[in-house]
Amino acid sequence: MIRWISGFIGAGIVAVLAWSLLWSVVGVVTDPPAPTAEHYVHAHHPLLSAELPSEGLFGKYDVRQLQRGFQVYKEVCAACHSIRLVSFRDLKQLGYDDGQVKALATGWQIEQPSINPDTGEVATRKNLPSDHFPLVFANDVAARAANNNAVPPDLSLMTKARHEGPDYVYSLVGHGYVTQPADLLTKFPDAKTPNGLHYNQYFANLNIAMPPPLTQDGQVQYLDGTKPTVDQMAKDVAAFLTWTAEPNLDTRHGAGFAVLGFLLVFCFLAYGAYQNVWRNMKH
Amino acid sequence: MSFPWAKHYEPKFALTKWVDERLPLPRLVYSAVGAGYPVPRNLNYFWNFGVLAGAALAAQIVTGIVLAMHYAANGGVAFDSVEHIMRDVNAGWFLRYAHANGASMFFIVVYIHIFRGLYYGSYKAPREMVWLLGVVIFLLMMATAFMGYVLPWGQMSFWGAQVITGFFSAIPIVGDTIRVWLLGGYAPDDAALNRFFSLHYLLPFVIAAVIVLHIWALHIPGSNNPTGVDVKGEQDTVPFHPYYTAKDGFGLGVFLVLFAFLIFFAPNYLGHPDNYIPANPLATPAHIVPEWYFWPFYAILRAFTSDFILPAKLWGVLAMFGSIVLLFFLPWLDSSPVRSTNYRPLYRIFFWVLVADVLVLGYCGGSPAEPAYVIISQIAAAYYFAHFLVILPIVSRMERPRPLPNSITEAVLAKHGGTSPAESAVSGSVLAAE
Repeated sequence: MIRWISGFIGAGIVAVLAWSLLWSVVGVVTDPPAPTAEHYVHAHHPLLSAELPSEGLFGKYDVRQLQRGFQVYKEVCAACHSIRLVSFRDLKQLGYDDGQVKALATGWQIEQPSINPDTGEVATRKNLPSDHFPLVFANDVAARAANNNAVPPDLSLMTKARHEGPDYVYSLVGHGYVTQPADLLTKFPDAKTPNGLHYNQYFANLNIAMPPPLTQDGQVQYLDGTKPTVDQMAKDVAAFLTWTAEPNLDTRHGAGFAVLGFLLVFCFLAYGAYQNVWRNMKH
Repeated sequence: MSFPWAKHYEPKFALTKWVDERLPLPRLVYSAVGAGYPVPRNLNYFWNFGVLAGAALAAQIVTGIVLAMHYAANGGVAFDSVEHIMRDVNAGWFLRYAHANGASMFFIVVYIHIFRGLYYGSYKAPREMVWLLGVVIFLLMMATAFMGYVLPWGQMSFWGAQVITGFFSAIPIVGDTIRVWLLGGYAPDDAALNRFFSLHYLLPFVIAAVIVLHIWALHIPGSNNPTGVDVKGEQDTVPFHPYYTAKDGFGLGVFLVLFAFLIFFAPNYLGHPDNYIPANPLATPAHIVPEWYFWPFYAILRAFTSDFILPAKLWGVLAMFGSIVLLFFLPWLDSSPVRSTNYRPLYRIFFWVLVADVLVLGYCGGSPAEPAYVIISQIAAAYYFAHFLVILPIVSRMERPRPLPNSITEAVLAKHGGTSPAESAVSGSVLAAE
């Protein structure tokens, strides 16, 4: 009895799926999926590799590169983008000492929201090493008002919030801003970048509100003598944003090797114990 | 319970005797997972995965309880409290990555455990109750995992909650009312987040309780084995401890190596980048996809694209739940008396087609809803239902199974080129006279 019922239900579900399948096929035949400008451009321009030293199993941050990246962030990105999840004290991981961190915090252009201790009125105060980096705009409305109706996203987690994040940041700011190719417009006339936006071949919908942030070599003067080409600055800021998103990567990789080593010894001993217990038992 | 030759707990010391007379808990453990539980001697590594699932649950409970000490279930601060764990809590990154990847490890071992049961007919008489309780555990796991994924309150958390609770609005007439009641509002918000956290903390303990029933039910007939042949006598079994504790110890080590590799070297590989963007009810992600362990079911849901008497959405929701509910009927859909698929030449082909089919469904479920993937999901979903509801009942009636070995011991000795059973029995034990 149950087999008759199940057979009936099974045939019914297959019939409903066949009905859906029929209309899916009809849909594909009568209205074949049209290629989009985004697919076309992204297929021809895969992300470039930032070749960061933090990549791979043995990946480790290069502290000098992180310092350079922080400098690019501070002098270029920080005008619009916050890193609100990072604290000033975290910069000690970049090789700065207590005094330098304190100086960086107090000298940071945007102050922490606070209250006037005498009157209780809204005020600001200098940043402390224990503070998170302050928001650039008090809220999204203020951000939109100042940026042609676009909100510059917080960058703390940017490299983890995009597929292949470090390569994405590097490609987008270092090599994404090109003149819109003419053949793209002949293929996709609707793809013309609207006024106020900027064509970027690595951005999801190809038109980004952010103007090119890195425009010329030497825009930032590196203290360690590295040549500040646009490519180098893009790489360094990608490295810095990899660190802001995953500050514990070095610890994690180090602990990982210790744990794996321990577990492999455990497996070896456990396998020996297993063989020993079963030595007289065919199975 | 268990076999007549099962060893009995014998307390050796005054203290253990005293405890045993008042609360025979050590006796219970001894009979459940100690030397007092006789197990077929021919189990392969696939019989490791029940223990591994238990280990995964234990790891989830331990990491989860500590994470809950630092997490705040409020839409305004949930995302930041997770980042606080990642950055400021000592070893917080380890706890969170262990918990997030622990869910994946739990599902990996449970899926292998389920397919082990399917291949070796572990759902058949007299183990139907073990199987039914297992399906209940699977459903509870899915509910727990879904609610846990909502807690970090990222974009996928929010939109996942939106989509999953949206299933209920497919119910005619009362659907929307039920959805609002479940969420405590018109969209996922603090009320939903708080109740999900509460239930996410509760359900693992319900799972643990059902696991106790699952193991209890298992111990009535005893474990199945790769031949599917019943245990005939003492020579067919070995005591669980030390034989399978030793073997499971090695399996646990391999499990932990893979688990540790994910935590320390690929912690975000199985996650979705969009969940590192704070929840935003005004911005829908380009592709809403659940975690990988839900992909096959998500593909079934999306395979229903045309109305057919009922709306397509309702068909999708019914089929998705039906794809799991039908497992409850499996012991009665498969009427073949042969348990192990090793001896079922015809069913064996369909079994492997099913495995491939579920993998294809998973791949489609994780891909964007483009026509090619939808068409493949429609074919694969049709096979999934046809397999269980049509093919399996027919095959189990018409198939001519290969001859079964007379006993487990005979099968083991045949594999090793034949020696007399007496030589290979447990040293010191007496062959059961039958």
